[in-house]
Amino acid sequence: MGFLGDVFTWFTTAANWRGNGGIAHRLGEHIGMSAAATLTAFAIALPLGLILGHTGKAALLAVNVSNVGRAIPSFAILVFGSQLFGIGAKPAYLALVALAIPPIVTNAYTGIRQVDRDAVEAARGMGMGEARVLFRVELPVAVPLVMAGVRTAGVQVVATAGLAAVVAWGGLGRFIIDGLAQGDRVQLFGGAVLIAVLSILTELGLGLLQRVLTPAGLRLRPQAQRRVSVLPGAAAALEVS
Amino acid sequence: MGTSGPLLGANGPDSWIWWDWVGRHGDALYTAGREHVILTFWAVAVGLAIALPLGVAAWKWRRLQPLVLGVTGAIYTVPSIALFALLVPVTGLGRTTAELGLVGYTLLILIRNVVAGLDGVPEDVREAARGMGLTPTGTLVRVELPLALPAIVAGVRIATVTVIGLVTVTALIGQGGFGQLIYDGLLRDFRTPLVLGTVLSVALAAAADVGLVLLERVLTPWSRSRAGAS
Repeated sequence: MGFLGDVFTWFTTAANWRGNGGIAHRLGEHIGMSAAATLTAFAIALPLGLILGHTGKAALLAVNVSNVGRAIPSFAILVFGSQLFGIGAKPAYLALVALAIPPIVTNAYTGIRQVDRDAVEAARGMGMGEARVLFRVELPVAVPLVMAGVRTAGVQVVATAGLAAVVAWGGLGRFIIDGLAQGDRVQLFGGAVLIAVLSILTELGLGLLQRVLTPAGLRLRPQAQRRVSVLPGAAAALEVS
Repeated sequence: MGTSGPLLGANGPDSWIWWDWVGRHGDALYTAGREHVILTFWAVAVGLAIALPLGVAAWKWRRLQPLVLGVTGAIYTVPSIALFALLVPVTGLGRTTAELGLVGYTLLILIRNVVAGLDGVPEDVREAARGMGLTPTGTLVRVELPLALPAIVAGVRIATVTVIGLVTVTALIGQGGFGQLIYDGLLRDFRTPLVLGTVLSVALAAAADVGLVLLERVLTPWSRSRAGAS
């Protein structure tokens, strides 16, 4: 059957799916951890990005935080997490939250800042308070970029959760780390396929969510989003781990 | 080494950084740094060698674009640990696997910037080149690519910083450069190599980024003189 046949057998053997170390359980762990970390990061990063964007304060910090985040290896953040908080789920969760915050802050900030200042002034002239300006004028226009940040963060979290097996957490990375440790290339490859597929599905799913949440009037301008991603200083929808 | 005082709290095996250990492991740090630089350099160089022709092709023939960006985008989305693991059965545990994976990550970034750079060349410049009698290839090599250079260098900067971070993950397949120190710190529950590996990796990324900005200035003298004139 060869190697791919062995991988196929690994996937189709019912016993590999059951139990605490089974594929189903690991998949559930992976998705649950990723969702929890991304949502926590969203709850922290969105208000921060919106306030910074609305007030125009701390521009340098808001824009560069994700560039610095790119330079710090996520692998190192996980290991630091295990040094500070012990091993297992806790350091993995905290490291993933820390990783997911910068892209959301940067994109929310950029999204708010790129709103036409004339529109904002007009809203103020109409007597809107600052909160209403933010939520009724700026935020709707910023939704595509905010969601681009969530998408970047979410994909990165799913990816890095695959590394969290090195700090003795579970998730799908377990198959890779155990496969490497035991010299079991079938398990290694199977785990890699699962993580790859989950990442691509996350990317597609969050991309769909981004499109659905974008106000209808903004959907005609894909150009504006494409432009930001080619420069290193911009709110790039690029992050890898 | 005995003269170096405790910079971060108590100086010993349990502190975040133990300077005595650092002093005794200069050779290991040098080896790790050299490996990190070599892995990064070849990944970006090979990536650029692939991305330039592919980017030009995807720019010239628009219909190729979804295919090229789709495939490289899919590679980019696959997490590094999974991509390396997918390559292990084919190329084994070692440098080839590490390099192949790293090259894979540079492609989307570089191709996207090549296309964006070429897109940014003003139409009248192109027409002027044609008017001066340049062939399409001549226009590409002598006018369009040089004008696209800032965007291409921007891509090289992102790719380089990204690869320097990803090299650390290759510690899991026996490579890793500074990542080897981080991994070592994890396995031995020893903070000094962990801190050193992280700090040196970030410093390398920052240094490479600054170096590439300077290189861009040298390569595009015209943009500097224009900035001086305005």
